[in-house]
Amino acid sequence: MQLNWLPLREDWDALLRSVKGMGPAGVGLVLRDLAGSRMEFSQMGKLDRAFTRAVEACDGAIPGLERVKLAILGSATISHLPPGIRVAGLRRGLQIDVYEAPYGMYWQELIDQASGLHAFAPDVLLLALDARHLAGAEGSTEAAAMELMRSCWRQARTQFQCQVLQQTVMPVFPNLMGDNEERLAQSPAAIVAKVNERLRAESEAEGVDLLAVDRFAAAEGMEFWYGADFWHRSKHEVHPKATAIYGDHVARLIAAGRGKSAKCLVLDLDNTLWGGVIGDDGLNGIVLGQGNGNGEAFLDFQRYALGLSRRGVILAVCSKNDEKNALEPFEQHPEMVLKRGDISCFVANWTDKAANLRHIAKSLNIGLDALVFADDNPVERALIRQELPMVAVPEMPEDPAGYVATVAAAGYFEGLKITDEDRARGQLYQANAERERLKDTVTDMGSYLESLRMHLIAQPFDSVGLTRVTQLINKTNQFNLTTQRHTEAEVTALMRNPKVVTLQVRLLDRFGDNGIIAILVARANGAEAEIETWLMSCRVLGRNVEEACLNVLVEQAGALRVRRLVGIYRPTEKNGMVREMYRTLGFELTETEESGATRWTLNLEDYELRPVPMQVEVVREAAV
Amino acid sequence: MQQAEIYERLTQTLRDVFDDESLVATPELTAHDVKEWDSVNHITLVVAIEEEFGVKFKTAELEKMKNVGQMAEAIEKKTAA
Repeated sequence: MQLNWLPLREDWDALLRSVKGMGPAGVGLVLRDLAGSRMEFSQMGKLDRAFTRAVEACDGAIPGLERVKLAILGSATISHLPPGIRVAGLRRGLQIDVYEAPYGMYWQELIDQASGLHAFAPDVLLLALDARHLAGAEGSTEAAAMELMRSCWRQARTQFQCQVLQQTVMPVFPNLMGDNEERLAQSPAAIVAKVNERLRAESEAEGVDLLAVDRFAAAEGMEFWYGADFWHRSKHEVHPKATAIYGDHVARLIAAGRGKSAKCLVLDLDNTLWGGVIGDDGLNGIVLGQGNGNGEAFLDFQRYALGLSRRGVILAVCSKNDEKNALEPFEQHPEMVLKRGDISCFVANWTDKAANLRHIAKSLNIGLDALVFADDNPVERALIRQELPMVAVPEMPEDPAGYVATVAAAGYFEGLKITDEDRARGQLYQANAERERLKDTVTDMGSYLESLRMHLIAQPFDSVGLTRVTQLINKTNQFNLTTQRHTEAEVTALMRNPKVVTLQVRLLDRFGDNGIIAILVARANGAEAEIETWLMSCRVLGRNVEEACLNVLVEQAGALRVRRLVGIYRPTEKNGMVREMYRTLGFELTETEESGATRWTLNLEDYELRPVPMQVEVVREAAV
Repeated sequence: MQQAEIYERLTQTLRDVFDDESLVATPELTAHDVKEWDSVNHITLVVAIEEEFGVKFKTAELEKMKNVGQMAEAIEKKTAA
């Protein structure tokens, strides 16, 4: 049941045979393709040998693969581990060259400057110490085990400045007491549990990343991970059949250490985030939420995606749907866990999904190899695997109850470090919560707004903000007067046109930076300037940001010797909330078109700057 | 399972594990006859055979096996049940 997120490939054996006699040019891609498919134990061995031969035929380096030197140091048999690691590296575009230290000689190899390990000079060092070695002897203690590992880590780090991976201790010992084993201090099982606990607490400070075999064993069953017969016969602690998954975990840690973990989860909608087809079944017909087994399974998958997004994984949607239908559950279904705001790039149309994934990667400014595409439809999955082999496409099970486990087991989003962003994100959430709390305690709106100590910064578009500006222009639906979409190239053209006023508006308050929250574009034409785009994030509604923006716009338009501002409202399904905005801001209605669009005018001569409850800073020169 | 089928499938497994398309499983074949058949590959072979035939060997059985013929006999017994 291992590697079950990988697809089966009917022609696997034939494809492997074709590797023989291939030149260096295409061989890397074919091998990577083979490694990305599900395989049996003996197939893994065959692939590993074909790979090793190809490396030799290419004089040591297969073109297109990134080389990593991994040294494995162990206290028992480790010779069965490299094939699974090499194949899993291949799966991620890595050529992992493995050095195995001689049996049991991890310490000697570390300290002896003349050792094979020193000649090899690893980029990554994996320390795989077996449970008996650490906790099985008479007089073993958790402190001694920790001290031993710590000395190894320090040697490794000072000698090689490499990434250090520490295998956690496999829980191979029986309980002597039973369920309350930890009460018996000298119990080997208890020592293993304590050592693993301390590894989790102390490894980060030592710059060491854990390979959590104890957790895999707990999740997948000890009998799969460890066979006492193999231990007794040949000192294999990791069961040979578990080496494929063991290797995959090693490779994902190595890949994560090199910034190669996936960054974005792209989600299909119908039968992936909810049951049924929103376009046919409608808002009330789709299966989602409490009271229905499948409905809860879809909710669970949404919660998983939300959890990923909270730790920095970008979420995107790629669905064959009319956009209006696709958005409806996000905006109206009471059980939806994912909201429109959680999705950084929302693509719902009838274009093929390969083109849409390219668009998503481009608009998020990440590589296609940073995408993971979750779709219940095997046809779509096959299309993407064929058209965009660099996109990770998990083989979703038929039952939605298995979606979470499948995507999670694949380890696409392996993370090693808590980033500053992760911390900032945590703070941002907290700040939002505090803002809400403050709202509850201050009853007078004016003093509430004053108490926020808002600081608004308006500046012309610049190349730094270009991606974010384009993103907002293309995703903002509700507070958007014209819903005028633009490509990044079009936005650049606006930015460079001297007759166009562009503004990107940032808002800070006592709780933090809200980022860019409003975009305005006005084009001067004779005595008038027409506001082509005015959009705002709904997060800052009710804070007089509109008035502050208008103040800035009036001033900037005045500099172009314009006498009137013309505002346009074009109704869509989503933007009803701003139908009357121009009236509220003191514009006069001059025209109502048949389509429902309205034109409004504001004479600048009569305009008096509005008092606003914030400090306004205008940056004039674009930092291009 | 018939002897013929067992030998046919053993041949394929031997070829897969030792990466040698010329190998043929015969009752007399032993580790000495195959260059790649060392202690490391022996473990791989045992796992591959267990997977291929859906059987599990006891340590004592493995220790007694001197050639492929004895292995085939053990498989025949286990798959007969």
